[in-house]
Amino acid sequence: MIKRLIPLLLVISLFFILLKVATNVAPNYDLTGVAKTYAEQGASDLGAMNLVTAIVVTYRGLDTLGEVTVLFMAGTGIALLLRRKKKKNDSGIKNRAASEILKTGSKLLVPIITMFGAYIFINGHLSPGGGFQGGAAIASAVMLMFLADSSFKINHKVFVLIESFSGIFYVLIGVLGLVILGADNFLDNRILPLGTFGTILSAGTIPLIYTLVGLKVGTELASILDNMKGELE
Amino acid sequence: MNITTIVHITGFALILIGFWGMLTQKNMIKIILGLAIVETGVQLVMVAFGFIDGRTAPILDSAVELSKASSLIVDPVPQALVLTAIVIGVAVNALMLTFVIRLYQQKKSLSINDYKDLKW
Repeated sequence: MIKRLIPLLLVISLFFILLKVATNVAPNYDLTGVAKTYAEQGASDLGAMNLVTAIVVTYRGLDTLGEVTVLFMAGTGIALLLRRKKKKNDSGIKNRAASEILKTGSKLLVPIITMFGAYIFINGHLSPGGGFQGGAAIASAVMLMFLADSSFKINHKVFVLIESFSGIFYVLIGVLGLVILGADNFLDNRILPLGTFGTILSAGTIPLIYTLVGLKVGTELASILDNMKGELE
Repeated sequence: MNITTIVHITGFALILIGFWGMLTQKNMIKIILGLAIVETGVQLVMVAFGFIDGRTAPILDSAVELSKASSLIVDPVPQALVLTAIVIGVAVNALMLTFVIRLYQQKKSLSINDYKDLKW
């Protein structure tokens, strides 16, 4: 009885806390503070059409580097915990083969989904999207390949190579900002010319960084999927 | 009732449902799902805080005149924060599910009641 009552009381008290928050929200009528500065100067400063991308990649670039690091740490932890177990259970039960529709459909869709993922991260500074979303789309293509063919294995050497190089180049681009533009310019996108506003080769290093992030996130999420796929015992 | 209120109510309801699930469920996978639902609710509420009625997305295309940008677009900062929160959420959920897989390999049970090693 008491075990059921305590969660109920906690949820009810949380309800009153959230009610207090919800009733005290003043509706926004104008941008204030840092958001106003970003909206007014983002386009002329950084040359990116998508302001969210400008904030994620350049204004708050260090946070994004930390975010990529967290994702990397999670991927490494998953690999550490799950990879060792696999070899023992290789002679397990055979998986049921995928249906004809799934096999044929995946052959048609995998290249299209991968290309769409690349499109999302290359156009991250022009339209909604970016490295993380594009990487997730690429990982979903890998997931489709796992579903269609249970014996499909990703090439770990190539994946590790792509992941390490994109990570290293991301940091190198950040350091280049320090070298070329001087101190307090880490991850500045203006080490490359800003180009014409609204074209694909604009906004300095933003498309470059988002391509690297997209490749890194794609390979990382695909490796996580590969580790979690496991084998039947 | 405008759109901001609807999204706020949905978000807060998801937070409450997720917390209730985390507190009452015994299955560890369901506890993780509860946390994922809380995350979704928090993200919805955060995006709704940056919304301004009648304005467009923070993308400076032909719909937004550059000189008047700050009076035409919604707040881009919460959207950037939520973008980060979603990615971190995926990583944390995957890591937690990995712990569950390892625990299941050890004791063949998903019930939280069977794991008392850290209980005092």
